[in-house]
This record gives sequence, structure tokens and C-alpha cells, in this order.
Amino acid sequence: MIEHRTTPARAFLLGLRAAYSVAAFVLFATALGFGALARDTGFTLGHTAFLSLTMFALPNQVVLIDQLARGASLASAALAVTLAAVRLFPMVATIMPTLRGSTRRPLLEVLAAHFVAVTTWIEGARRLPAMPEDVRLHHHLGIGVAVCFMMVLGSVTGYLLSVGMPPVVSAALVFTTPLYFILSLVATAKARLDMAAIILGCGLAPLFYLIVPGLDLLATGLVGGTLAFLWGTARP
Amino acid sequence: MSPIQDGLGGYLTLVLAGVLANEIWRWFGVAAGRRLDLDGRLFQWVRAVALALVAGLVSRMVLFPAGALANVPMFIRLASFAAGIALFYVTRRNLGFGVVGGAILLLLAQIAYA
Repeated sequence: MIEHRTTPARAFLLGLRAAYSVAAFVLFATALGFGALARDTGFTLGHTAFLSLTMFALPNQVVLIDQLARGASLASAALAVTLAAVRLFPMVATIMPTLRGSTRRPLLEVLAAHFVAVTTWIEGARRLPAMPEDVRLHHHLGIGVAVCFMMVLGSVTGYLLSVGMPPVVSAALVFTTPLYFILSLVATAKARLDMAAIILGCGLAPLFYLIVPGLDLLATGLVGGTLAFLWGTARP
Repeated sequence: MSPIQDGLGGYLTLVLAGVLANEIWRWFGVAAGRRLDLDGRLFQWVRAVALALVAGLVSRMVLFPAGALANVPMFIRLASFAAGIALFYVTRRNLGFGVVGGAILLLLAQIAYA
């Protein structure tokens, strides 16, 4: 068997190609909506680009500008954002063991974690297993840089175009996000445990949204994930 | 009127209320991920929690949307969502057809309905 050695630089460049994926297109479309919303609520173009670059988690960015635009205090805005951001924790924790090779690279690992959001987590699940272990970190960084670039580009474009976009077009653009998320989850699901977690998550979220708004996603993840885990590992 | 101050003060607000509140969970994730074994039961559980959480986010976005999507009636949202999933399977699990097809159906249905 002939095996080509993949250098870190090559793995990074291959990751950059994620800019031309369905994922990046969907993220771009969603970011258009964020840009339009930021302008609508009175933020500057600089603020908009800054948030996409430094937060790199669109739903949490929406929570932040929504809070600030409603005149919430710094503390309550931070609390709302941090509750929304809890979902990043299990995503980072599960991608890290896949990323780390034999060597410790703490700084690169923290940088790699910044580029974990739903989109790159899903893309990583699709692309990373095919990469040799020692260059997965570089490949993920390439995906992250490409996808982050598309998000900044999308939010700036949305900000500039927002005047005059028909609401029905914005609605269709926003709609690509849930569709992309659910189809990618299904496409990358491996065991029956995965499908159970996805179905339970979909079913429980509206329930928890009505019972414990604000904590609904956290409750959905913990309850749905635990039930799926117990069912999936009960009998092999 | 900007909801936050001009200049550096505004960016400081964004960093404190947004960036740090957000990024801290990624740092916790790096620390926790160091101790996770890919084949272990703990990893399987954390992965199931992450999957259920993202799936929950999806169902919340479709059933209780904010912004532009909120003006689209529930039956159009649900029908387009189901159609997108069906398209995905019909086209041999093609992500692009499912996502773009579902969004175009929503657009057309909303134009026809309004």
C-alpha cells in the first residue's frame, strides 16, 4: 500500500477548502441575517465583524445583541450569553480527543477550541476521521479559519445589504440553518445511540422551552442525552 | 442610536458580556477533553448530550423562531422542513439538495400564501 504523508501545512490547506462546502454556504446565509439584525438594532459595522470573529457562534451573538438592544445590564447580558454558550462545552470536549495527536500543543489546542461551533463540529465529524492523527489539529484549524472567514464575510455583507432585502428572503436564508444542522447530524450519526439522542433532542426541546425557558437547551441536552445513552448502552 | 458606547468602551462591553461569557465554555471543554477517552462510556454520554442539545436547538428554531422566520406560518415551516429531509433521502443523502431545496420551498410557499 502506497501512503502519502500528509504534512501539517497540507492538512491546513485541505481544511481551508471547507470554505466551498454546503456548511460554509449555509453559515454565510445565516450570517447575512445576523448582519442585518445588528444594523437594525443600531450596532456599527465594526461591532458586527468583531463579534463574528471573536465569538464565532451565531446564536450566542444574536442573544448578545438582542440583550444589549433591549437595554439589559452588562451582567444580565453576560449571563444570557453564557447560558447559550454552554452547548459549546460538550462539543469542544468531544472533538478534543479526536484532534490531539501524540504531542501536547496547549496553545494550538486553545486556538482550535475557538474554532469549534456547530458548523465546524459537524464538518469535523465528516472530515477529521480520514486525516492522519498527527495532522488533524491543523486540518481542523484550516476548516475553522475558512468557516470563520465566511461568517465574517456573511455578516458584513448582510449588514451592508440589509436595507431593501424582502423579509421572505431573509426568512428563507435563516431557514437553511436548522435544515443544515439536522441533516448533518443525521448524515454523521453512527450508532443507534446517536439517532436516539437526535430524536429525543428534537422532541424534548419544545417541552422544556415551555417549562424552563432560558435553560431549555441545557435541560434538553442533559435529559435527552442521558436517556439516549442509557437506552443505547443497555443491550449491545 | 447605538445601544452601546462609541469607541473602545463599546468594544469593552462586547468583550465582557459577549466574548468572555462565550469563550469560557470552550476553555472548559479543552480542559475536560484532555481526560476523555474516545472509547469510554463518559465520552459516549457527553457526545449524546451534545447531539441532543444541537437537535433541540434545531427544533426550537423551527417551532419557536425569532426574527424573519417568525412571520412564516407554522404549517409552512413544518412542511418545508419535512420536505427538506425527504429531498435529502431521495437524492441519496445529498446535503445541498436537502438544505437549498427546503429553503426554496419555504420561499415559494410563503410567496404563494401571502
